[in-house]
Amino acid sequence: MRARGPTTDIGKTLAGIGTVTAWNVIPRPLPAAERRRRLLSSIATHSMLIVSSLMFLLPMVFVVTTAVMTDRQSLTRQIWPNPFVWSNFLDVFERIELWRYTLNTMAIATLSTVGVVLSSVPVAYALSRMNWRGRQATFILVLATLMLPFQVTIVPLYVIFVRLDWINTLLPLIVPAFFGDAFSIFLLRQFFLTVPEELSDAARVDGASEWQIMTRVIVPLAKPAIAAVALFNFLYNWNDFFGPLLYLIGNNRLWTLGLALSEFRTMHHVEWNLTMAASLMFMGPVIVLFFLAQRVFVEGVTLTGVKG
Amino acid sequence: MSPWVIGFLTFILYPMVATFYFSFTRYDLLSSPEWYGIQNYVYMFTKDPNFWVAVRNTIWIIAFGVPLQIVLSIITAWMLTKPRRGMKIYRTIFFMPSLAPPVAVALAFVFIFNPRTGPINVVLNKLGWEDPPLWFFTAQWSKPAMLILTLWGIGGTMIIFLAGLLDVPQQLYEAAEIEGATGWQKFRHVTLPTISPVIFFSLVTGVIYGFQFFTQAYVASITVSGSSTSQAATSVGAPNESLMFYSVYLWQQGWGNFRMGYASALAWMMFLVTMVCTLILVKTSRRWVHYAGGGFR
Repeated sequence: MRARGPTTDIGKTLAGIGTVTAWNVIPRPLPAAERRRRLLSSIATHSMLIVSSLMFLLPMVFVVTTAVMTDRQSLTRQIWPNPFVWSNFLDVFERIELWRYTLNTMAIATLSTVGVVLSSVPVAYALSRMNWRGRQATFILVLATLMLPFQVTIVPLYVIFVRLDWINTLLPLIVPAFFGDAFSIFLLRQFFLTVPEELSDAARVDGASEWQIMTRVIVPLAKPAIAAVALFNFLYNWNDFFGPLLYLIGNNRLWTLGLALSEFRTMHHVEWNLTMAASLMFMGPVIVLFFLAQRVFVEGVTLTGVKG
Repeated sequence: MSPWVIGFLTFILYPMVATFYFSFTRYDLLSSPEWYGIQNYVYMFTKDPNFWVAVRNTIWIIAFGVPLQIVLSIITAWMLTKPRRGMKIYRTIFFMPSLAPPVAVALAFVFIFNPRTGPINVVLNKLGWEDPPLWFFTAQWSKPAMLILTLWGIGGTMIIFLAGLLDVPQQLYEAAEIEGATGWQKFRHVTLPTISPVIFFSLVTGVIYGFQFFTQAYVASITVSGSSTSQAATSVGAPNESLMFYSVYLWQQGWGNFRMGYASALAWMMFLVTMVCTLILVKTSRRWVHYAGGGFR
C-alpha cells in the first residue's frame, strides 16, 4: 500500500529534477560530426555553469578567508590570509557568549517548529480529508492570511505582548507557533489531498476515528511533507531577525545569533575577522541541515511554487 | 481546528482590525490611543517627505529586483537542464546562498563591498578601475549593491523554475522542431507559456516581498554608520536615506520613535498597495498566464 502512496509521486518529481537524461539518450551510434557538436556544446554549458558557480561561491570564499585573518589584516587590502588564525573560531566564544546565543536561537527555532507541526497537521487534515460546511471558505481564509504582510498585524500584537508582560522573553516568538501557520497548513493540505481516499475508507470500515486515521494512516504517509514543513519553519526561525529585534532587544541574555552578530561592532571599527567567523558558525547548522535533507528542501520548494 | 480558529482570531483578525483603528489615532504605547481622525494619512501624503523617500526606494528595488531575479532565475535554471553530469553539484551551489541567514549575508556583503579594503574593489583596482564605487557608503551606489546582495539569493526561485522547465512536455519541443522552429522560437512559444504560471507566482511574491524588505537594509545601514543597537533608530536608511525602504521606515516610526498610530497607518497603506498590485497582476495574468490543465491547478 505504501508504494502506491504519494511518496512515489514526489519521488518521481525528484527523479525528474535529478536526471534529465531520459529523453536525451538515443540508443544508436552517432555520426562523428554529431558527436563533436555534442562535445562542444557540453563544454560550452559546463564552462557557463562553472563561471556562474564561481560567482555564487566567491562571497562565501571571502567570508571564509576573512574569518581566519588577524583583525589587522582584515582591515588591509590583502585577500589571502597570512597567517591563518584558526583560533578566531574559539575567540568568538570568549568575546561574546556565543553558546548562550546559539542556545537561545536553537530554543526558539525548535520549539516554534514543534508548535507549527503539532498545530498545522490537524488543520490541514480537516481542510483536506474531512467534509464539513464552510471548509472551502476556511481554506480561502487560510490562503488570504498567506498573502497578508506581517506588518499589518505587528503593532497590535506588540501591544498585546506588552500588556502580557512578554516583551524581553522568548514567549512572543514561540507561543503563536502553537496556533497554526498558514503556509504550513497550505503545504500539508496540498500533500494530504494526494493520498487516495480508499485508505481512509478502509480504516473507517475498521472502525477508526478521524483522529486515528490522521495519526495512523495519513501522518505516516505524509512524512516527507511534514519534514519539509518542519525544515522550513526551523530555517525561518533560525534566520529571523525582525521578531527578535522587536521582542528581545532589551534583554541581551536572550539575544539570538542574529542580534548578537552586531556585537562585534565597536565605536571605531568592525572586527571583521571575528564577525565573519561568527557568521560562519551562524550559517553552519543551516548548511548541515541542507546536506542532511537536500531532497526534502528541493521537493518542498517545488511543491510550494509549482502547485501553488 | 479550534487552536487555529483561536490563533486566527487573536493573531490575525483582531490585530488587523486593531491596526486599522490605531491608524486613526496617536499612540505612543505609554498613554492610551488618542483619536486623531485621518490626520495620519494626511500627514503621510502631504507633509512627510520621508514617506515618499521610502516609497521611491521600495519601487526602485522592486522595479529592478523582481524582473532581474526572474530573468536570472530562468537563465540559471535553463543552464541546469543542460548537463548530463554534475547537475546536483551546480544546483547545490546556486541554491545554498538563499538559505543563509540574512544578517550574516548583509554583514558579509558590507565587508566584501568595503570601498577601500573589500575584495571587490581590490579586484576592480587591479583590473584598472582607479576609483571604483563606494558601494554601501554612498547613496548613489548603495541600492545597486543591495540589489547584487538580493540576487545572490535567487536560489529558491531558481529551483521552482527548474521544476517548471523540467515539466515542459518533450513532445511540444519535438512538434516545434518538426515545424522547423528555431531555438528562440521554441523558447518563446513552448517554454515561456508553460512556465508562465511560475513567472506569475514569482511576480506576485516578489512584489509582496519587496514591500517587506527589512533585515538586509537594516543591518547594512547600522553597520556602515557604525552605530550601536541603541542608536539604530536614527541610523537606519543610511547612507543618506538611500536604504530607507518601506518596512524599515515603518519600524523606525513605530519602534524607534514610538509613533504606533502612524506606523499602523503606514502598515494599512502597505496592505492596500500590495493588494492592488496583486489584483492588477491577477487581472492581467489571464492574458499571458497559460495553465496546462485549463483553469486553476
